[in-house]
Amino acid sequence: MMRKVLPSMKADKSTSPPLTRQRPLSPHLQVYRPQITSMLSIMQRLTGVPLAGGAVLLAYWLSSAAYGPDAFARAQALFGSWVGQVVLFGLTFALFYHLCNGIRHLLWDIGFGFDMPTLRASGIIMVTTALTLTAAVWISVL
Amino acid sequence: MSMRSPLGRARGLGVTKEGGARHWWRERMSSMALAPLALWFVFSMVSIVGADHAAYALWLGDPGNTLLMSLFVAAVFVHAGQGLTVVTEDYIHNEPVKIAMLIGIKAFVYLFGGASLLAIFKVAFGG
Repeated sequence: MMRKVLPSMKADKSTSPPLTRQRPLSPHLQVYRPQITSMLSIMQRLTGVPLAGGAVLLAYWLSSAAYGPDAFARAQALFGSWVGQVVLFGLTFALFYHLCNGIRHLLWDIGFGFDMPTLRASGIIMVTTALTLTAAVWISVL
Repeated sequence: MSMRSPLGRARGLGVTKEGGARHWWRERMSSMALAPLALWFVFSMVSIVGADHAAYALWLGDPGNTLLMSLFVAAVFVHAGQGLTVVTEDYIHNEPVKIAMLIGIKAFVYLFGGASLLAIFKVAFGG
């Protein structure tokens, strides 16, 4: 039996090859109205990237100890300065946010909590937990 | 000119062309490792805040702390590399820039991750 050739398949020969064709690119953030779900999701990346910067600071701190007491004392003084404390405070919140929201992501990955009421509730619980943990850490340090 | 059908060429490639599912799974694996390790790290940093070199070396010399700090650092740099890779692939559409950044991310992971691990071992083993 003859099969009818689909128009799209016929058109494929005349258009550019698949690799150079303009395909949709992700993500189109600016076309959507801001919502709690999307904002919290974008924040996962906006905390993740600075945390990678925090990893560089961690490498510096660990390495300073390998260079001896003087280098380590300089690193400790740097992190103890007000600029260092502000950066560490920001990184503490970024870490707890990324951790709490990451657990939320893992729960979605196993198919839990996808309906809108649960999404909003878990989002609020997540932000509250991250703020509480950040406060707990800095109250115990200062 | 390919002899394969359009469906045959597209099948299994997905949007990432290769290894997308594997990368996705590995990112989940490193995040599951980091959840307890990050909590341990923050708790530890609070417990040794303001320590001098001798106190820090004594703390890191404890075999449990040496192990957990090594695992934490390894997981941090693996996960940071995975995350930065995905962000780069999503937002950088200029191909040469994207490839340069992906190579830079690999260099970042091995240089800073390697330096961190060596520093941990040197201090922990009394160098």
